[in-house]
Amino acid sequence: MNSITARRRHPLARVAVVALALGLLGGGYALAAPNGSTADAAIASGKADDAAEGKSLFVAHCASCHGLNAEGTSKAPTLIGVGAAAVDFQVSSGRMPAADAGPQAPRKPRPEWATDQAVDQLSAYVQSLGGGPARPAEEQVNPALGDPAKGGELFRANCIQCHNFVGAGGALTYGKYAPSLNPATPTQIYEAMVTGPQAMPVFNDSTITPEQKRDMIAYITHVRSQVDPGGSGLGRIGPVTEGLVAWVVGLSLLVLASIWITAKKRRAQA
Amino acid sequence: MTEQNEYPESGRVPARVIGTPPADAPIEEHDPIHVPAGVEGVIPQDPVKVRKAERMVAFLFLITFLAGAAFIAAYVIFQVGTIDKTAASNYALGGTLALALLSLGAGVTVWVRQIMPKYNLVQERHLMASDGDTREYVKETFLQGADESGFVKHRLLRRTLLLAAAPLGLAPLVLLKDLGPLPGTSLRHTVWGEPMKGGKPRRLVVEGTGQPIRAADFNSPGGILSVVPEGYEEDLNALAKATLILLKFRPEEIKSGTNKNWTIDGIVAYSKICTHVGCPAALYEQTTHHILCPCHQSTFDAADGAKVIFGPAARPLPQLPLGIDEEGYLVAKSDFKVPVGPSFWERGDAEAEVREKA
Repeated sequence: MNSITARRRHPLARVAVVALALGLLGGGYALAAPNGSTADAAIASGKADDAAEGKSLFVAHCASCHGLNAEGTSKAPTLIGVGAAAVDFQVSSGRMPAADAGPQAPRKPRPEWATDQAVDQLSAYVQSLGGGPARPAEEQVNPALGDPAKGGELFRANCIQCHNFVGAGGALTYGKYAPSLNPATPTQIYEAMVTGPQAMPVFNDSTITPEQKRDMIAYITHVRSQVDPGGSGLGRIGPVTEGLVAWVVGLSLLVLASIWITAKKRRAQA
Repeated sequence: MTEQNEYPESGRVPARVIGTPPADAPIEEHDPIHVPAGVEGVIPQDPVKVRKAERMVAFLFLITFLAGAAFIAAYVIFQVGTIDKTAASNYALGGTLALALLSLGAGVTVWVRQIMPKYNLVQERHLMASDGDTREYVKETFLQGADESGFVKHRLLRRTLLLAAAPLGLAPLVLLKDLGPLPGTSLRHTVWGEPMKGGKPRRLVVEGTGQPIRAADFNSPGGILSVVPEGYEEDLNALAKATLILLKFRPEEIKSGTNKNWTIDGIVAYSKICTHVGCPAALYEQTTHHILCPCHQSTFDAADGAKVIFGPAARPLPQLPLGIDEEGYLVAKSDFKVPVGPSFWERGDAEAEVREKA
């Protein structure tokens, strides 16, 4: 305690206190934040009729924006015809229910009620309203069955402009952005391609076949496992940007060092 | 200190040089403990600080030793091979060597700054030019050398030497030819204008797979495809100008800027090459129909003829006239009506020329 008291006027003390406070705040939030993994017993019991259960979930959690019969309101579009794939993508990735009306709904932890089963039921309900893209089957999205080389070619032609060469994401116009693909499951990647969530365009199955989509999923999951032997990849945004960072940070340190080395102390003449 | 009263009349204080103490900083007094004989104005360092600095320098040199030894050890221990092992070797070698050099440098710097004595030096400036005698001597030597070489007397040697040197002087100019040849009209045309064998129009195929695209299959509004000309799927020189983005709209979303005669059932094709400096502009948002170029943020309204709505691009992305062949596949009815990509000197106002012809 004494050593701390003695150093409380040290120039770095302020920095240390702020860093400590930020650390406590962040750690405390991480401990206190809900993680939404507990199952909802009421929903778990109603397995009989998915679409009917889905409707009650819809009325409870979605109708305030999308309208009582999913007909859409001024706040949110109609869900008739969007299909089960869109619902599964949006709810399972935590984007819906949306937190606020920002330029884009971000990926976030699912709310507590949105269990896998609840998402199934909601999807079944919305699918029953008017069709639309269905959810892909397991083997349609299995990366082990795809060809990463072919998928990489399609990914480079159609996806990297927004999502980066390795799916790290990037900026769009007016505050929108293409998210990183790293947290997305293979099913979510497939669903995003066929439904075009948020600002993303649609890649339907008749022009990019399901097999080609599986190849792309294989590519995306393959590049996740690559390592950066030279050090930090900085999201693999490319050698130019990495070089720029090296120059700016490295040169700044050199300038600071030369200022320190050449600083002249004022002395009395002997 | 003398410089404190350098500007006594005006009261002006010279701008402070970064890294030096402010003008009103207290002047540190030192007891001269040990003045080396023969050097004037030496200020030895405070012995207490010297002892402290000595320990610091010794500590830094010790770190240098340990890091250097660790570098050699790491070289022996971490063998390269797989990517993981190579990464570990890179980290270990780079980290230890950086630490060794950094602490060595820091130690030497602290040594110089805090242990070695300080004194002020006055350096005289000298005139740049040499004095008259020296210049006269150089001139005489030069003339004498020229005379002895016979450069003036032997006319044949002098002239053939100049003749020999002339082509060497022109050599850099000849190398400039490698900047050519001039592109001629090739900047105005893409391979979309060349019909296939048998006069059939050229089909659009998906980039990466080479499949032709049936208009009825590309039927999801908000869809986008990167498209290349059939027969040139691997020709990068051709693709640098000819690559397209194919967009599918609801027909009612298309505004007047888009030439509807060139669309097929809400399908529109634009050049993928940004009209600013030629990057691939294909960040398409299906909700706003904006096409963004990631390099300089040029933004085009795809629903309205890809007109520029933000950024440095000066003209819209050129639209390709789309047609459909007897099997239902999308084809190019003709080449782009205006040159694709960035401006060039002879381009003129190509859009205005097209408008006049129409």
